[in-house]
Parts: sequence; structure tokens; C-alpha cells
Amino acid sequence: MSTEVLDRPVAPAKVDPPSPVEIIKKASRGLRGTLVESLNDPLTGAIRDSDTQLIKFHGSYQQDDRDIRAEREHQKLEPAYSFMIRTRTPGGVASPQQWLALSALARKYGSGTLRLTTRQAFQLHGVIKKDLQATMQGMQAALIDSIAACGDVNRNVMASANPVESRLHEEVHQWAVKVSEHLLPKTRAYHEIWLNGEKLAGPAEEEPILGQLYLPRKFKTGIVVPPHNDVDVYSQDLGFIAIVDKEGIEEGKLLGFNLTVGGGLGATHGEPQTFPRLADLIGFLAPEQMLKVAETVVMIQRDFGDRTDRKHARLKYTIADRGIDWFKAELAKRLGYELEPARAYTFTTQGDRFGWLRGHDGRWHLTLRIESGRVGDTPGKPFLTGLEKIAAIHQGDFRLTANQNLIIANVSANECMNIDRLVADHGLGKALFTTPLRRDALACVSLPTCSLAMAEAERYLPSFTDRVDELLTKHGLGNLPLTLRITGCPNGCARPYLAEIALIGRAPGRYTLRLGADAVGSRLNVVYRDNIDEPSIVTALDELIGRYAAERHTDERFGDFLWRANVLRQETRA
Amino acid sequence: MSGAVILQGNFPIPEDRRDQLQQLATELNREQLMWLSGYFAGAAAAAPSSIPGFQANLLGGQARAQIASAAAPASAAFAPAAAAAAPLPTLTIISASHTGNGRKISEKLLAAVQALGMQARMIKAGDYQPREIAKEKLLYVVISTHGDGDPPDEARGLYEFLGTKRAPQLPELQYSVLSLGDTSYPKFCEAGRVIDERLAKLGAKRLLPRVDCDVDFERLAQSWADDALARAREFKEKHSPVGSVATGVAQTAAPVAATPELTRANPATAEVLANQRIVGRAALREVRHVELAFPGLGTLYKAGDALGIVHRNPEPAIDAVLKATKLDPAATVTHEGKTHTLLEWLRDERELTRIARPLLIQVAAQAKVDISELLANAPAMAKLTASCQVSDVLGSYPAEWTPAALVSALRPVTGRVYSIASSPAAVGDEAHLTVAVVGSDSDRKLLAGAASHFVVNTPVDSKVQVWIERNERFRVPADSSRDMIMVGPGTGIAPFRGFVQEREANGATGRNWLFFGGRSLYHDFLYQLEWQQALKRKSVHRVDVAFSRDQAEKIYVQHRIRQAGKDLFDWLSNGASFYVCGDASAMAPDVHAALLDVVREQGNMDADDAQSWVADLTADGRYLRDVY
Repeated sequence: MSTEVLDRPVAPAKVDPPSPVEIIKKASRGLRGTLVESLNDPLTGAIRDSDTQLIKFHGSYQQDDRDIRAEREHQKLEPAYSFMIRTRTPGGVASPQQWLALSALARKYGSGTLRLTTRQAFQLHGVIKKDLQATMQGMQAALIDSIAACGDVNRNVMASANPVESRLHEEVHQWAVKVSEHLLPKTRAYHEIWLNGEKLAGPAEEEPILGQLYLPRKFKTGIVVPPHNDVDVYSQDLGFIAIVDKEGIEEGKLLGFNLTVGGGLGATHGEPQTFPRLADLIGFLAPEQMLKVAETVVMIQRDFGDRTDRKHARLKYTIADRGIDWFKAELAKRLGYELEPARAYTFTTQGDRFGWLRGHDGRWHLTLRIESGRVGDTPGKPFLTGLEKIAAIHQGDFRLTANQNLIIANVSANECMNIDRLVADHGLGKALFTTPLRRDALACVSLPTCSLAMAEAERYLPSFTDRVDELLTKHGLGNLPLTLRITGCPNGCARPYLAEIALIGRAPGRYTLRLGADAVGSRLNVVYRDNIDEPSIVTALDELIGRYAAERHTDERFGDFLWRANVLRQETRA
Repeated sequence: MSGAVILQGNFPIPEDRRDQLQQLATELNREQLMWLSGYFAGAAAAAPSSIPGFQANLLGGQARAQIASAAAPASAAFAPAAAAAAPLPTLTIISASHTGNGRKISEKLLAAVQALGMQARMIKAGDYQPREIAKEKLLYVVISTHGDGDPPDEARGLYEFLGTKRAPQLPELQYSVLSLGDTSYPKFCEAGRVIDERLAKLGAKRLLPRVDCDVDFERLAQSWADDALARAREFKEKHSPVGSVATGVAQTAAPVAATPELTRANPATAEVLANQRIVGRAALREVRHVELAFPGLGTLYKAGDALGIVHRNPEPAIDAVLKATKLDPAATVTHEGKTHTLLEWLRDERELTRIARPLLIQVAAQAKVDISELLANAPAMAKLTASCQVSDVLGSYPAEWTPAALVSALRPVTGRVYSIASSPAAVGDEAHLTVAVVGSDSDRKLLAGAASHFVVNTPVDSKVQVWIERNERFRVPADSSRDMIMVGPGTGIAPFRGFVQEREANGATGRNWLFFGGRSLYHDFLYQLEWQQALKRKSVHRVDVAFSRDQAEKIYVQHRIRQAGKDLFDWLSNGASFYVCGDASAMAPDVHAALLDVVREQGNMDADDAQSWVADLTADGRYLRDVY
């Protein structure tokens, strides 16, 4: 691409008309739309169609129980509408008071379940329309909001959970908070609509960073602390890799961050112009440069992202279409300087470190496995109650990990026993004593809740994991670590494209089988078989795991073996 | 119309209009035709004539003046007032009942009286102008009692009028009351008793003692009718006939309908097209939507009518009675000319759920137990009738029964009817019902609800026996440009679904406003999708909902009525009709009180004026209720 092209100020890639959501955003008066009118309509549990787009920017999705959709129609009733509310909790850190507040709200207004997400947020499900304001106000009372947790904005900023380097964790967490706040929309619509704030009389507020149309599509940011790539930094639109002084006199000091741009996992079945993409590593920056760089990356995407086609609107497509060199040049032009070259780093794992770990400052951290991030009270699993009891005595904080797990962090040595007893009493530790496969597996919510779902995911994960564990046992690989992720659609909520084995829903009972990611989040898997049912999946895996058991090198991961053995080749469709 | 008049001999009506008139004449009953004669006379007096001298030739000068002054207010009230100008016949029979039993008795009596050559008319209480009573000489009232001793809705205007200070003294009037009721209710035949006493208090002379009938009314009612006929003959012999309106006119103008009327004894067979639950999973009470059809059904009913289903008693209830009496279900019993096996009697012909006082007395007598103390204890009786069924009573008072004695002691099964939730204008030969499954919100699954349980267990494609109960009083506004306000919480929504279908199909221009109530938006909003779509199509213009359990405080339709007071009063002042359907014991009085409050507040009236305003609304036929 020539420099003349680069010099054009704002050059939309296409002249097609803007997508319908762009029109809704434009008319929304700072994301207000007709949400108040929708909330006040007593004849329906739903909100108006245009408001279903806008409410996402306020951290909520309208959903309905898809299991009973047909039944309700037969009953001449509208679908059983309810809402999901997702918190903005940068780095997934919550105080015990905040935990208790969210837990109480889930009991009072939600489905009695707190869900820990793959982006370190809490989700409340099943909140009905008339309770939305009370729920948001309850969150606000605990100093939690859901602003920009969904929608075409910078969403919840992730940060490595890092239960060992306590001081570094705190520092990185603070940067996550700062980036999140810096990139927030400036509209007061959230306060007006949900918190009974004063009504704006004039035109909508200025949005100097996001613009009046906000971003073309969702935008995801994460900060990772090597060697643990728990946040899957290459899957983020905007990624920061913490670079820490390893040898110098200031050992452990945060020197700055490597910058990655243009990652993203969503795709659409049968549309090859959509694809998952790993981010490009483009340089190094000092901590004090971070907010300006983040803002500038967002503004480039704001100005160049495709607003005509939402399936082509993420930063990854802007970069794929224009080239990474164009992007670096544009960034340098806007910053007024070029970034330093990226510094060296290594990733060794994507997973969490389970159990008790002692931090550098002598305090203790317990990482619990929470299957599918679901904290509820079910027979034999009184997790909601158990964690409420823990929160009631806990002096430290809670951290949600990017793998939907939970760290009870900053426990003093003499409190460990008390926490342990509550963990044991409520069965919270049981999921740690299982195979590594099951312990690290991820699934998205999918049916019956998610409107995008094409096949089961969370509800299917346990039985499918059994199938794979059976194969591993059969081939003498009983306790082998292996990453397995299942999603109900190709949008990638559980980051399936970065798993050694991934199932991506196509239709009820049918999946695309993808194989061959590495185990550190730096190589995407590829399609191995498309649109197949469970027996075919099991047959395919049986053969491959059998070969792996016979032919693998020492410590060679399954995903790496498949490439070396030429089971997967580059020409395989991505 | 004046420009299009073509004189055809003595029939100065254009041909297409003539067809319409003849069509109309065949569809209306005698009272309606008589009323129309006054209506047209009033309208003629008010309209300019295109033919000089025509008007004067048609009507005598005096009658014209009377009609013109009555028509002057130019409101919906003018037409009945004009109709009242016609001289009254000698005998008036007022029929006031929900189920149609009263009407049938009245019609039979009317025919017998007319056979004597006597001037007589039968009028439904809803069509009767209370003030006309001052002019009556001989009056028979056939009236049923509902709910907590209430009169049927159509009679409420007359019933209340007679109790007010405005009621005239009636020294010239001779009368008798036939009262229909159900001994399973505490205030048995209360409405008949009250109207009888009110007439007596106003100075009218009781020609025959009042007769109170239970659900097996036929024999007692016949003996009252025989006596009433004899007294009418005596009356005729004493008085020379007065008045000039010949009943013969109406008789020739209203030919007997081609299709014989369906009754419980003469039902039609309908196919079940749909039978589906229409409340959500967490609803505390099951409600079902049922669609029935047979060729020609659409010509037999109008929106507002009710449909009865011939049901069979549930097997557990039959078994319980057989167990308590140790009788052989195969035993043959002949009773009142009919012969069936005991099983058939119990399954098809006898009431096994509701308990009536006479049954209790008979069962106790058979068992030789003295229950006079229980009978005198009203609260205990109320509790008993509300919580026990027939088999419980039989079990509590064990006795030696013969099959014949049992059949005789048990009451005949009563017809269960449901307001029709459709309009033939929209659904053709189908009729839709909205059936609440009685007992589904309590532990007493078997109690009552024999008919609704029968409906629940009637699968699609099966056949059921049905009949129609006409409800002429409860119709969409005759003037389709008038607005309509409908209050129908719970299954009270049913007729209004039919009303809205009818108005939409007929292109009515009046607005439709619905008040609905239930327990929760998510589970109990009956026909939610249809109302949402109707609002979008503008076939419904406003829907106010009250869901009692969706917030800490209980909110019902009457609260929404009060909240909407200003608009409601505007609509009513603008000529809207106000309809109420559903529960008679709590909802209807609460809605009535709310309506009075709205009228008082919005009309700046005192309580008495508001009462009169609402009474006028009733008298205008714009406050109509179908409550049970």
C-alpha cells in the first residue's frame, strides 16, 4: 500500500450503506434510544428491537429460554424473555463485599447463579425486565457497573490472574483499570436509565475517543504477564505483554509492555472471508505511554473499521485488509513517534495454576476449578452458598481467571485452614481432583440461553469430556494434559480456536472438529472435519490419539504432534 | 337516503335497503322489532322529509310530537325512549336469567297467554326501561340468582331502581315472581325474593305467591306457569283489552329460526380442533384454549354468546359414589320417564361435585341422622359446600340406598357454559373457548370442575356435544363507530377476544380499550401474542394490564381503571360502552366501585350523582356485564 493512500484522513473501505446497527447507534442520542419507553411497556417482557442493540452497550443482552420457545408460542405467549447483565470488572478482581452483593442480586433478581466469564466478568442471567434497574442499582451500591461490558466499545479489560507475583499483579491490575476507564464511553446514558440519574436536556455528550457512532464492532483488550498466557493475548484486538526486569538491580520491576494488535476469534460458518486471526506483535512501550497508545489504536479502528458489514468490522479485518505495515505507520503518524522493538518473552501455558500457591509477599492464593464458570447451588454443589460463606470471612480479594476459574487471593497463613474447611464443606475443591483434560476444558453458555447458539456447549462438555478421557485411558494416556474447548457457534466466546481440540457448533448434535493449536495460545487450530456428529468425532480422535500414543516424542503436546506427523498441513483450511 | 328514495306502491324504500330490512326483520326477536319500530319513528320525526306531506300522513300529529320531544337529547338514550312511546300490552313478562332457562319458561308462558287472545309481551330485563314499570298493569317476573345473592346482570338496572327512592308507587300493578336458583349457594333465590319484596313494598299486589326453584326447576316452574296463566285469564275477563300494538305484527315479522335451537337436551356434535394450554409453566391455574367446529356453527352464535359442553363426570367421582353406597353400577333405574343404568345416571345425568342443601337433607334422612344443627350453622354449611363433594357426604352419612333412591336424591347435572372467545366473522364455523381448569390451583383436584376436567381430557379430533346459550344483551356496540372499553381479567378476557375479532372483521371504526389482569406477565397474560399483534394492527387501541404478583403490592384491574380515570371518563362521555366479564363475587363489585370513583372524581360529582350517572350508563345499555 502506497503512502498516498495512507495520507487520506478517513477512507472507508467500501461505499456500501452502513449496517443497520450503525443507523441505530447514530439515532440513539448517546446510547439512550427508547430504552426508557421499552422498560415502561407493561405488555411485554421484551424491549424494542432497536433497544436490544443499544442495551448491549449498557452491559446487558436480551435473551430468552430457547428450550421453551416453541412451547410458549403454542401457549400464545411471547418467548420467556430475560436479560443477562455482565459486569465491568477489569482484571476480574472483586472484594468480598462485592462478591456478596453480586451473589445476593443473583439470588434476588437472577436465576440464582453467578457465572464467571472467559473475560473475567461476572454474569447474572435470568433478570426480567422490571428488575433490571434494581439489579443495576444494587451493583452500583457495591461500586460495580456494567458500562460497555458488551456492545461496540472496548469491553472488560483482562489481566493475568497471576497468583504468585503479588506486587506485579497489583500493578498490572491497576493498569487494566486505567485502560478500561480511559476508553469508557462518556455518555451519561447508563446513569440516567438505570441509576435514576439526571436526564440530559440537550444533545448527546461528545465522545472524543469512541466517536458518536462508537466503534464499528466489539473491541477486546488484555494484559498478560508471561510466562502464563492465561488471557490468550493473541486473541485480543489490543494486547499488552508485561515485560519485567529479570536480572537488573530492580528485579521484578515492570519495565513496560510489548504491544499486540489485530487478534480476534469470531468467524461465520461457510464464509471464508471471516476467520480467526492471531494478533501481530508490533513493538514495546513504557507504562506511561500505555493510555495514549491504547486510545490511538482504538481511534484508528474507529476511523478505518468497516461499518458496512458487521462480519468484517473487527480490527483484525482492518489490519488484514490494509497490512500490518500500514497499521504501524498510521499508529506512528498519530503518536508522533515509532514504538521501540518488542522485547523478548516466553509463554509456557494457557491454563491456570490450581490449588494453594504462596505469593512473593508470603500471602496465599487458592485457585479453584469452577466448571463452565457456573456458581450456583445444585445438589452436591452448593457453590453459591459456600462462596458466600467464604466471602463473609475472607480478608483478601477474589480474582476471576480468564479460564472461568476463581482465585481466593491474599489469604494470610493462619486463615488458610478456615478457607479450606469451607471449600471442603461445600464441595468446591472436588473439581481439582480430576483429569487435567477436564480441569482445563472450556465451554461457552450456548443453549438454552444464547441466541446465537447452534449446538449445545456447556451442557455437552461433561459428557464429551468423558468420551475423550475414555480414549486417553484406552491408549494409556490417562493423565495427559490436553486443551479442549467447545462453543455453540463460531463466534469464539470460549476461545476455541486456541485449543488443541475444539468443537464448534454447526447444528444440534453436529460440530466442526478443529485440531492442532499449541498449548500456549500462539498457534490457531485448523479444521480437521466439518459438520460431523459425536460418533464420527470420537472415531476420528480415537485414531489420532492412538497414533499419538505410539509415535509421540517425550513431552510433545498433542497439537504439536499432529503437525509433525503431517496429519495437519498448512493447506488445511483455517 | 332521501335522494335515493324510489316509491314502489306503498313501500318507499330502495330495493337494496328493503333487502337489508327484511334480513334484519328475520334476525330480530319480537321485543327487538318492537323497540325498532319506536326507534325508526323517533328517527323519522327528527329527520327532514324529502316528500311534502309524507311525514304527516305516516304518523298522527300527537304521536309525532311525543316522539320528537323524546328524541331531542340526541344521545343513545333517545331510541329506547322513543320506543317507550308505544302503548304497553296488557301483560308484560320480564325474563332475567343468564342461562336461558328463565327465557324458555317465559316464552312458553307468553305463547300460552297469547293463545288466549291476550295482548302480551315478553321482554328481557336488559331491554326493559325500569321507569316503564309505572305503566304496567299485570307483570310476571322470571328471575335467577347468581353468585352471592346477586340478580343477573341484565336485571341489575331494574333491580336497583326498585330499591331507590326514585321508584314509583305501584298501586295498580298486579304481579308474580318466579325465582330460579341453586340451593348449593348460601343465598338461595335471593334476587327473586328481593324483587318480590320491593314490588310489594311499592304497593303492588301479589297475584300469586313467589315460587323458588332449585336447579331441577322444571316441575315447580311449570306449576307456577299454570297458575300464572289461570290468573291472566281471570285478569283478561275482568279488564277489557287496552292499547293498539298487536303482538301479531311481531309474530309475522319474526319467523321461527330455521335451525332448531340447541339445548343441553338437544346438543350438536362438534369436533375438537385444538385444545391447548395457554398459560406458562409457572402459572398457578391452568387455562386452556379450545377450538370447536361443525358446519353451520358460525350461524348459530355471535360474539358474546356462551357455549355449553355436555360433559361426563370423572371416573374417580363416580367410583367414589359407588363405593360409598355399595350399589351395582349396572342396575337399571327409571326416573322421570328416563331409563338408564346407574352408571349412566351417575356419569351423564347427575351432579356429583357440587353439594346442595336438599341433597344433604335427603342423605341425612336416609341415614337417619339429625343435621338440623349443621343446617342452621351458615359458616359450617358454606365450608361444607365449598370443600366437599357428593361422595364425601354419602361417606359421612352411611345409609342403605337403592339405586332409584340415589338417583332421585341426587340433583340433575347442571349445564356448564363458557363465554365464547371468538366471532364467526373471524373464525367462520369455529367457536373458541377459554377454559380455566377448576381446582387446578388447589390440592382438591377432584372438587368441582367436572366440566373443565372433561374439557382438559378431550383430545384434538375427538367429538363433543355442545349447545349455545344466547346472550343478546352482551354484544359489541350496535353503532360500530362507538368506542368500547372491556374489562376482562383472567378468563373474563374470552368474550372480548370475540368482540375484537368481530369489530376488526366488520371494519368498525370505534376504538377498543382492554383491561386485563392476571397473576404474572410471564405466565398468565392470556392471548398475549394476539393482543400485541392487535395493537400493532390497531384493531386494539389500548391495553392496560394488572399483574397482581409482579410487585410487592397487589395490583388488580380496578387499580388500573382508577389510574386511567381521566381517559376512561373521556371515552365514556364520548359514548363508549363499558363491558365487564369475569368473577362476580370480588372483581365485578371492585370494578363497579372503581368506575363510580372515576365518574365522581373526573365528573366533579358527589356520590349520588355518580351513582345516577352510572345508572344512566346502564339504562343506556352502555354498561354491560357478563359475570359469574
